[in-house]
Amino acid sequence: MTLLRFVAILIVWFVTPIGAVNAAELRGTGDLGVIIERADGSVCIIATTRHEKLSCVGGFGDLSHASAVFSRDERYAYIFGRDGGLTKLDLLERKIAKRILQAGNSIGGAISDDGTLVAVSNYKPGGIKVFDSESLDLVADIPAIYGSDGARSKTVGLVDAPGRRFVFTLYDAGEIWMADFSKSGNPVISKLGKTGSQPYDALITGDGRHYIAGLFGEDGLAHVDLWNAKPHTERILENYGKGEQKLPVYKMPHLEGWALAGGQFILPGVGHHELLAVDAKTFKQTGSVKVHGQPVFAVSRPDGRQVWVNFAHPLNDTIQVVDIPTLKIIHEFKPGPAALHMEFAPRGHEVWLSVRDSNEVQIYDTRTFEKRATISIRKPSGIFFSARAHRLGL
Amino acid sequence: MKLHLPFWLSCALALAVSCAALAARAEGVADARQNELNYLVRQDCGSCHGMTLKGGLGKPLIPATFDGVEPEAIAEVILDGISGTPMPPWRGLLSEADALWIAENLKAGTIK
Ligand code: HEC
Repeated sequence: MTLLRFVAILIVWFVTPIGAVNAAELRGTGDLGVIIERADGSVCIIATTRHEKLSCVGGFGDLSHASAVFSRDERYAYIFGRDGGLTKLDLLERKIAKRILQAGNSIGGAISDDGTLVAVSNYKPGGIKVFDSESLDLVADIPAIYGSDGARSKTVGLVDAPGRRFVFTLYDAGEIWMADFSKSGNPVISKLGKTGSQPYDALITGDGRHYIAGLFGEDGLAHVDLWNAKPHTERILENYGKGEQKLPVYKMPHLEGWALAGGQFILPGVGHHELLAVDAKTFKQTGSVKVHGQPVFAVSRPDGRQVWVNFAHPLNDTIQVVDIPTLKIIHEFKPGPAALHMEFAPRGHEVWLSVRDSNEVQIYDTRTFEKRATISIRKPSGIFFSARAHRLGL
Repeated sequence: MKLHLPFWLSCALALAVSCAALAARAEGVADARQNELNYLVRQDCGSCHGMTLKGGLGKPLIPATFDGVEPEAIAEVILDGISGTPMPPWRGLLSEADALWIAENLKAGTIK
């Protein structure tokens, strides 16, 4: 054996095992996320630790107001489009695994606590549809029929609740319904009562206990305690906003992400330049914070110490950060026009921010407020990290 | 130029006098402003009416919705909103000429 051959064998012997493992393809999905490219109907897959854009995948249809939930194994994202599209995206293969058009016009969805059911909220035809998360085969069609003439209501604020249940709100009917899939066979649908006029969105707290719907048509909020033996709708904060002149609302606030921060709910004042702090036990208002404009999203950092707020048109170039213990604004900056969405890293050390009109996503340190990185994304809107797979109501 | 044809078609049904007045006002919208308005309709009206304008919480803003409705009446809704619903008044953010330009182009289906 020549020396050369010996060296060659040595090289093969060393290299082969490494090659067989195929290190380049091995990747955990817990670090991944998706960003909606609203205008192109595409979705970009990102690696969050390294601030890296991995790949953008097209073919998702109309993604205005799109949102996403994740499979329990964090391999798949389910993307809910405006056009009724429900698309299952494979984050590892970076391609669409399955896509269906399940309605004419939809608004978000949810995945059941056991990860087996994906539900979609539809404006047209109004109601929710529930699919098998693996095959996307239809499991249940729940039309939101109300009144005596068989009219169908748009549904909003669809969330998952513990025990294979979904809770949602009928915008036109002003009612909250629950669909319970805990037993085999048909789901049990129960009506949890009247909300008041024009409930436009809702949230569920991270413990799965409180479901709260915001009202557009009148003052107050609608609340259901899901820990109650007979969950039912009650009005809270009845007096909020009474007697004050409301400002026009150019963008409906979103309630998801408002949730609990330090024992209080931080809620939007609809038509006000204000956030309200509400005691999470008594539902009495404990304070308020004057802010820059009408809040659209106010998302609490996962530890609940800060809430980051963005605003409706035409003040949507600004972000404010509220310190929860003192209810003071501790930071304000202008990332650029149309700063639309925020997503925190799972433990809150960073926040990712879509700045639509400058075609970029900016990443900030939440302690120093320094900008850490910028990623170019075309007309970015929603940002969703796979860690949502393990959180209730997201 | 594109917006003039459907506009004049609709005008044929209305009083010549008011049409001339409308035309004068809609013509006052410069090209750069037209781009801004196209963008605003898709992005900001789109947040309630859908980016493709096929409807969301608000009705579809497509020609069929405005069958037999004068652009002036549509412009009025845009400027004053519909009280008791989430449709906000845009007066203050949009001029009358802006609103009319949007109204004509919604009706004609020519929002870019
Ligand atoms: C905050 C949500 C919201 C925004 C933003 C919004 N709209 Fe609306 N709009 C609505 C709703 C809801 C209705 C339906 C009201 C009703 O029930 O009659 C409506 C109705 C309308 C109508 C009347 C349709 C008809 O024939 O009945 C027009 C025209 C209209 N909107 C145009 C616009 C334009 C143009 C913009 C942007 C400059 C805009 N809207 C922005 C919510 C909104």
